Amino acid sequence: MERNLMKGNEALAEAAIRAGCKCFFGYPITPQTELAAYMAKRMHKAGGVFLQAESEIAAINMVLGAASTGVRAMTSSSSPGISLKSEGVSYIAGSDLPAVIINVERGGPGLGGIQPSQADYWQATKALGHGDFQLLVYAPASVQEMVDYVVKAFDRADKYRMPAMILADGLLGQMMEPVTFPEINPNAYDKSDWAANGHKNARKHHIINSLYLKPDELENSIIQRYKKYDIIKETETEAELYLTEDCDILLCAFGATARVVKSAVNSAREMGIKAGLFRPKTLWPFPVKEINEAAKSAKKLLSVEMSMGQMVDDVKLAINCSKPVEFFGRTGGVIPTPTEVLEEIKRIGGTL
Amino acid sequence: MATTDILLAGFGGQGILFAGKILAYCGLMDNKELSWLPSYGPEMRGGTCNCSVVISDEPIGSPLVLTPDILIAMNQPSFDKFVKDVRPGGKVFFDSTLIENDCTRTDIELFGIPSQQLADDNALKGGSNIILLGKMLKETNLFSLDTMKKGIEKVVPPKKAALIPNNFKAIEIGMNN
Repeated sequence: MERNLMKGNEALAEAAIRAGCKCFFGYPITPQTELAAYMAKRMHKAGGVFLQAESEIAAINMVLGAASTGVRAMTSSSSPGISLKSEGVSYIAGSDLPAVIINVERGGPGLGGIQPSQADYWQATKALGHGDFQLLVYAPASVQEMVDYVVKAFDRADKYRMPAMILADGLLGQMMEPVTFPEINPNAYDKSDWAANGHKNARKHHIINSLYLKPDELENSIIQRYKKYDIIKETETEAELYLTEDCDILLCAFGATARVVKSAVNSAREMGIKAGLFRPKTLWPFPVKEINEAAKSAKKLLSVEMSMGQMVDDVKLAINCSKPVEFFGRTGGVIPTPTEVLEEIKRIGGTL
Repeated sequence: MATTDILLAGFGGQGILFAGKILAYCGLMDNKELSWLPSYGPEMRGGTCNCSVVISDEPIGSPLVLTPDILIAMNQPSFDKFVKDVRPGGKVFFDSTLIENDCTRTDIELFGIPSQQLADDNALKGGSNIILLGKMLKETNLFSLDTMKKGIEKVVPPKKAALIPNNFKAIEIGMNN
């Protein structure tokens, strides 16, 4: 298969087009702008629509509208822009619509900075908008995985009729790596029983709605949605376990940080410290079974993140605080170095 | 050599990212693992600019190069900032037209050629970066000349294909200086 050299942002766009995305609505923001620029060049040739909206809020509501008709729709942004989209994401979830949202994270809060960050973990996995709902959240760690998970995100969004997010960061978005595009034959999901598209009065109207004024009706709609979430938690978790069989220290990291951590784990092993890596590829659902498997022999866990410590909470919950969990992170756009992480491993190694 | 960490640094507009891209494509041509990571901050809009390229036989961990095996420096601030980070045994290629070499390290090899002057003398406007790649090609066994030429053909956009021979010439000048 031909290896292409592409920026992460461009690969996300190309994969979306190949996965059958027909509508892209965006608004420029560093460090994801190449994604929208690529869409602007390619989308019309692929028979779809690229539209630069007047704001992030407009863009996400256009996604809601397009998704309502049953077509595959997507938007992308970076941290501050995702915050603006949060209302629309909640409406999409409340309307049971499939859509893909890409966040190429940068440092926050506020306008923050433009360098890589993972400080939107809580936002993505706990509360991307008001109300009881979840998104599927995928955390690629390479340009190739960005392709693979965009394809999967569209598929699972359709399958479960819910929004799916790719949580990347500025480093993954800006870097180039070889990437191959597999033959993609998107599963065709029958949307004829809900999509609000033209039918010349041949059937009853389909109504896309997230408003339920009777509490019992709203409660029931949410309970139905949570039954779906239970199935997803059982079946959709994915993680990489690296050198975990005999590890004393289990490092936990996702996305770009996991690459840095893997280098540190390899160095630790060379020094005779039994370190391993647990890398969740789905952040919601969090791979609970997988982390418990990875942590079997570990005496301590260390979560490494580009934030002040967010995933570390899920790590503690997932293992039921059965072992000590420590945290190391850099934030504000600073990328941790393998040397720093190795120092942490050595420090913890000395206390075992 | 399993993994080679390369850092290219200079002013915005000197073709740092372009030269890095050529190296990345060389890796692609040779079926290596590789990564290319630009600085994308305000430095892109003037000021200093740098680019990390990793070429490896194995999957690449961090794409951010902090201790390069090869440093290509095109201005004084970049040289001063990064020459101390070069891994012992590493090689530094720099433009001696613009850079005063006051490095006293003996555990690295320094190759200064007047690449800017050579570019001007040979009517290769903006070719200083490629001349330095030529020098690097000669002093390392990272890639073959054939691979480098293929890399250049890949990176020069089709609209500017007429500039490919100039780039080949720049490589040759770098290799012979």
